[in-house]
Amino acid sequence: MAETPTVRVEEKLYQNRYLVDAGRPHIVVAPHEKPSKELLLLTKICPAHCYEVNGKGQVEVSPDGCLECGTCRVLAEGSGALTWTYPRGGYGVLFKFG
Amino acid sequence: MPAEKFDVIVVGAGPAGNSCAYTLAKRGLKVLQIERGEYPGSKNVQGAIMYANMLEKIIPDFRDDAPLERHLIEQRLWYMDDSSYTGVHYRSDDFNEEAPNRYTIIRAQFDKWFSKKVQQAGALLILETTVTDLCFSGGKVIGVKTDRAGGTILADVVVMAEGVNGVLGTKAGLRPRPKPDTVALAVKEMHFLPSDVIESRFNISGDEGVVIEAAGTITKGMTGTGFLYTNKESISIGIGCLVSDFAHTGKAPYELLEDFKKHPAVAPLIAGAEVKEYAAHLIPEGGYNAVPQLFGEGWVIVGDAGQFVNAVHREGSNLAMTTGRIAAEAIFQIKSRKDKFSAENLSIYQKMLEQSFVMKDLKKYKRLPDFMHGARDRLFGSYPELVSKAAQNWFRVDGKDKKSKEKEIVRSFVKARGVRGLASDAWKLARSWR
Ligand SMILES: Cc1cc2nc3c(=O)[nH]c(=O)nc-3n(C[C@H](O)[C@H](O)[C@H](O)COP(=O)(O)OP(=O)(O)OC[C@H]3O[C@@H](n4cnc5c(N)ncnc54)[C@H](O)[C@@H]3O)c2cc1C
Ligand code: SF4
Repeated sequence: MAETPTVRVEEKLYQNRYLVDAGRPHIVVAPHEKPSKELLLLTKICPAHCYEVNGKGQVEVSPDGCLECGTCRVLAEGSGALTWTYPRGGYGVLFKFG
Repeated sequence: MPAEKFDVIVVGAGPAGNSCAYTLAKRGLKVLQIERGEYPGSKNVQGAIMYANMLEKIIPDFRDDAPLERHLIEQRLWYMDDSSYTGVHYRSDDFNEEAPNRYTIIRAQFDKWFSKKVQQAGALLILETTVTDLCFSGGKVIGVKTDRAGGTILADVVVMAEGVNGVLGTKAGLRPRPKPDTVALAVKEMHFLPSDVIESRFNISGDEGVVIEAAGTITKGMTGTGFLYTNKESISIGIGCLVSDFAHTGKAPYELLEDFKKHPAVAPLIAGAEVKEYAAHLIPEGGYNAVPQLFGEGWVIVGDAGQFVNAVHREGSNLAMTTGRIAAEAIFQIKSRKDKFSAENLSIYQKMLEQSFVMKDLKKYKRLPDFMHGARDRLFGSYPELVSKAAQNWFRVDGKDKKSKEKEIVRSFVKARGVRGLASDAWKLARSWR
């Protein structure tokens, strides 16, 4: 198959409905100097592309577009790299079809 | 928040929670159901094929008003490499029966419908409320705490129908967190097309529907599958692989989906569609060995939270409905004899499960996850290409005699894997299939 062109996941998320709980992120990355390999991995495999490396080389999460799948929790919560909860009731992604 | 005490609190309004709450409310128990979504289904993702038999056991006349998309008359299994597929198709007019066996559904609509039935049966539903903690007294679960003001809500027994992540159970120390190799991450899109376009592309009419399940190099060597299901006016398309395999390869799930959509066999089926939603969800794939402890003092676990998915047959919602119903029957038995919801008494839930198709099926395939994992490079890498080349060699008419063609095909397999390797894969597959 031809070389994969980069997919813009933001365009996909744009089709979804969200009710963002402003100022109350439901996923929080623990402060770190150097990110663990799991955190770096999440910049690639989070299906909503919520994780990104910042200018200082640390991994940040912005869970506004989060699909609440739990992948990052399964991979990284155990090591203490992040805390993970569901958004407050009613907030977060709202699937119209699911 | 209601101040009174309930017989049962059910956490979650997916198929497991709804089946459980419905069965209990019908029998007159005082049931509170709590769901974090704005409406039931707003957090839920499925392919989605719904199996009639398991719902019939709960709501026999569901066909009268349930939102059903198409009944399935054709199943395609595709083994794909990058440019082809080798497949088995089964189509039968017998599936155009009075009471069809399988339907496609749209979960947000189906869950809303099911939840309405639960409420009509007499259960109290609170939406937009996340259960944050289980409450204990002397080692026994006595209720739940939510993210709303009002403190603890009490009940004799709490049913965790909270889905694959099992956050509550983990937080309370009743079960482990799912592991990367026991859950698959699936991404899915909804592609809208006029119904007549879908019908002509899939060679169907009326409410008939087609299912395609696909495996092969589409998952780039990872353990996983793709799917494409026809709804009335949309096509559900998705792909999923074990989280541990995503972690191993670092592949982006949405790129996998884009490549699957571009496959020459898939692209024409969805061409020109309008995409209206992108979703992701985990699927429990650990099978029998990954099932956690299912009951204890004042609590039980049902549905995906208990890893009740048969990955081979792509069944999950039906196991969710069945475990929800069985848990309700167990609870009802204990309640009717005015007994305590102790772990000992609740163990009848486990016993009833063992006697049902749920545990029998999970047991049958208990070796399969290990086999799939061990052979993944071949199953999702070299074999699909070999199968495709063999088929192409066989079907191309090029002046070569058939006997030589046969020899070449056998040689290509032996060269890739060795006679012992092939035999060992076949043996392990047969063993894990028993
Ligand atoms: C892509 C994909 C395709 C699938 N295809 C099929 C298929 O074709 N056929 C099939 O039978 N199965 C399929 N499955 C599996 C099926 O979706 C699940 O097995 C089924 O949904 C499990 O039902 P459940 O009720 O246990 O969990 P869920 O449907 O996940 O429901 C859990 C509910 O609990 C709520 N909840 C969770 N935590 C809390 C809390 N703390 N407080 C309040 N509410 C909470 C959630 O919002 C949710 O409504 C598929 C799954 C996926 C992801
Ligand atoms: S839960 Fe899923 S979608 Fe949300 S941030 Fe984690 S990996 Fe990404």
